[in-house]
Amino acid sequence: MNALGAIATAAPIRPRGRIHVRAVTLAHGGGGKAMRDLIDDVFVSAFENPFLAPLDDQARFDLAGLAAHGDRLAFTTDAFVVDPLFFPGGDIGKLAVCGSVNDLAVGGARPLYLSCAAIIEEGVTLELLRRVAGSMAATAREAGVDIVTGDTKVVHRGACDKLFLTTTGIGVIPHGRNLGAHLAQPGDVVLVNGLLGDHGAAILCARGDMALESPVESDCAPLNGMIESLLAVAPGLRFMRDATRGGVATVLNEIAEASGVSIEIEEGRTPIRGEVKAFCEILGLDPLYLANEGKIVVVAPPDQAELALEALRAHRLGGNAAIIGRIVAGEAGRVTMRTVFGGWRIVDMLVGEQLPRIC
Amino acid sequence: MKYLDEYRDGAKAAILVKEIETLIAGMGITADRPLHIMEVCGGHTHSIFRYGLEGMLPKQIELVHGPGCPVCVLPMGRIDDCVSIAEHPEVIFTTFGDAMRVPGSRKSLLQARADGADVRMVYSPMDALALAHANPDREVVFFGLGFETTMPSTALTILQAEADGVGNFSVFCNHITIVPTIKAILDSPDLQLDGFLGPGHVSMVIGAAPYEFIANYYGKPMVVAGFEPLDILQSIWMVVRQIKEGRAEVENQYARIVPYEGSKPALEAVSRVYELREYFEWRGLGSIDHSGVKLRDSYARFDAERKFAVPNIKIADPKACQCGEVLKGVIKPWQCKVFGTACTPETPLGALMVSSEGACAAYIQYGGGRPRVAAA
Repeated sequence: MNALGAIATAAPIRPRGRIHVRAVTLAHGGGGKAMRDLIDDVFVSAFENPFLAPLDDQARFDLAGLAAHGDRLAFTTDAFVVDPLFFPGGDIGKLAVCGSVNDLAVGGARPLYLSCAAIIEEGVTLELLRRVAGSMAATAREAGVDIVTGDTKVVHRGACDKLFLTTTGIGVIPHGRNLGAHLAQPGDVVLVNGLLGDHGAAILCARGDMALESPVESDCAPLNGMIESLLAVAPGLRFMRDATRGGVATVLNEIAEASGVSIEIEEGRTPIRGEVKAFCEILGLDPLYLANEGKIVVVAPPDQAELALEALRAHRLGGNAAIIGRIVAGEAGRVTMRTVFGGWRIVDMLVGEQLPRIC
Repeated sequence: MKYLDEYRDGAKAAILVKEIETLIAGMGITADRPLHIMEVCGGHTHSIFRYGLEGMLPKQIELVHGPGCPVCVLPMGRIDDCVSIAEHPEVIFTTFGDAMRVPGSRKSLLQARADGADVRMVYSPMDALALAHANPDREVVFFGLGFETTMPSTALTILQAEADGVGNFSVFCNHITIVPTIKAILDSPDLQLDGFLGPGHVSMVIGAAPYEFIANYYGKPMVVAGFEPLDILQSIWMVVRQIKEGRAEVENQYARIVPYEGSKPALEAVSRVYELREYFEWRGLGSIDHSGVKLRDSYARFDAERKFAVPNIKIADPKACQCGEVLKGVIKPWQCKVFGTACTPETPLGALMVSSEGACAAYIQYGGGRPRVAAA
C-alpha cells in the first residue's frame, strides 16, 4: 500500500482480463471488453497499485497525505514519440517515466504519482506492449512513484508510429525549497552530473540512418534520488534543469536569458566521452546540443558548489559530475565557451534540428 | 582523442600566435588595412569559429570566409529541381543532412518531406544505393553535391550501381569544382585578398598542383591547410611568412593527407563518370564557366536530370543579398544590410546564412552576430 494512505484501497478486488491474440486491433480501442482486457493485461498487471486497480476514471488522493510532503504541488506533462522504441540503455517506457519524474525533481519536488496515456498503432504486438509496460513499471519502482491512472487509444495503421506515450506527473515541493531559472547570480557556479550527449548519440546510432555503430548507451535514468541527496547537502541551489532536447547548450541559454546574466563555460572541463566526441566529429554535430535523459545542469551559489559537486559524485548517477563554468555579469542571455584551444566562442540557441554536415 | 587532440593543443597555439605576431610586427601593417586571408573552404570557416581562432589572431590579420560551403552556394533553382524530383510518388530522395534546410523558391527539402515527399538523410551515397537494392519498386535518387571532396564517392557509387546492374538508382548531380571559382574571385575588380588557405579535403583529391596559377599568375600565396585549429594557425603563419618574404607560392601544410599530385584512383573515377558543364550557377556569385560537372552520356541511365523532367528554372538571388561581396572579402558579414534582420538562420535569404559552414550563419551561431567575441 502506498505510504500516503490511498483512498482507493477500499475498492473490491476485480478479476483481471487477459488477451490471447498476438497483436492489437482497432477492437482494442473500442471501449468494450477487448479494451478493458488490453488495459488489464498490459498496464494494470504491470503497474500494480491500489489506485489503478479499480479502473475508475480518476485516481483520488488524500490532500492531507500530500501536504505531509511539503507546501506546494508540482505538476508536469511530457509526450514521448522516440524512434526506435527500444534503444541501447532504454526504451520508450523507461524514457516516459524518467522524463516526468525528472521534470518534477529538478523543480525541487518529490515525484509521487504519474499518469500514462498510450496511443497505439493497430498491429503492434502484445509482446511489445508488455515489454514497454514492464519497463515503465520497473523504472517507476526505481524512482519510487506509482502510475495511478491512464488512457489507451488505438489508431489506424499509419496514424501514429507504433506507440506514443504521454506521462503526467504530480509531486510535492518541501517547504523552503525555491529554485528558478531567474535566480542565477554572477559568481554562481555551473555543474553537470556527468558525461554529456550519450542519449542523443545512442538514439542517432540506433536509428541506423547513419550506418554508424557505437557502443554508447542512453543515459536515461530517474534522477530524483540523486537530486534529493544533492539538495540535502546544498539546499541553497539556485536552479536545476534536465538537459534533454537541445542539450546543455539550450539549458545554459535559458538560464542566461531568464536571469539576465552571461555564462562562461570551459570546453576542457565539459565531460564528454571519447566515443560521443568521435561520433560528433564524424557527423559534424556539437555534443553540447545532443539530448541527455539522465543529466542535469545545476546552478549553485559559490559557497555550496564544492558540496554540490561532492554530493553528485557520491551518487551512482553523478560519478563524472563536473564544474563546467560560472555565471558572470555581462550581456543578458550570452553564453560563451573557452575552447580547449584557448579561443572563445558563442554557444547560441540551436535554430532547428542539428543536421549532419556534408564534409 | 588520438590524432585529434594533438592538433588542438592550446599551449602550442599560444606559441604559434606569438610567432605570427612577431612575423607581422615588422611588416608595417595596420589594423585599418589588415592582411586579408581567405579560407576557401567551409570546413575551415567552421573550425575557425568552433575554436574561436579569429579572436586569437593579431588585429593586422583579417580572415575572409570564402565560397567553399557547397551547401551554401546551391542556387534556389536547383533546390526547386530537387523538390520537384522528390515529389514524384515513386521516388525516395536521399541527401546529406545539411542540404535539407536550404530554401528553394517554393520550399526546402525539409518542408517537402513534411508535405509528404519521401526525403531521407544519408551519410554516404552508398547508403542511397543500398536503399535502391532494398526498394526495387522505388526510384532512389541521390542528391550529389559538394566539391571534389565528395565527387569521387558519388562517382564510385555510380560505378558500383553499374556493376550491380541496378536500374532504380540515379544521381541528381550538383557537384562543383573549386578552381574556376577561385579564379572568378581573383578576377573580380573589387578584390581585396592578400593570400589563401587552400581547401584541404578538395586537395586530397585534386592535389596541390592545380593551384599553381594562383601563385604564378595572380601573385598570391596559397597554403593548403588541414582542418584542426593548429593546422589553420600554422597555415596562416605560412601565408604571412610568404608575404613578408615577398614570395607567392603554393605550399602544403596538410602534407599528412594531401599528396601534391592528388589521388589517382579518385581522379580516375571522377574523369570516367563526369564531364565539365559549360557553366554552373552559384548562389551569391552568379554563373561561373566550367564550375560544375554532369554525368557523361555513357552514364545517362544514372542521371536524374535525364530521368526526370526537372524545371531547371533560374531563380535570381534576392536583391538585398550581399553574399557576393562578403565572399570576395569586400564587406564583412555583419556589414550586409540584411544580416541578422531579414536574413537569419531561421529564414536565410542568402547563401552564407544557410549552412553552419556559411560565414554569416557561423557569425550568428558562434560569434553572436558581432565582429569578434570579446575575450573575458
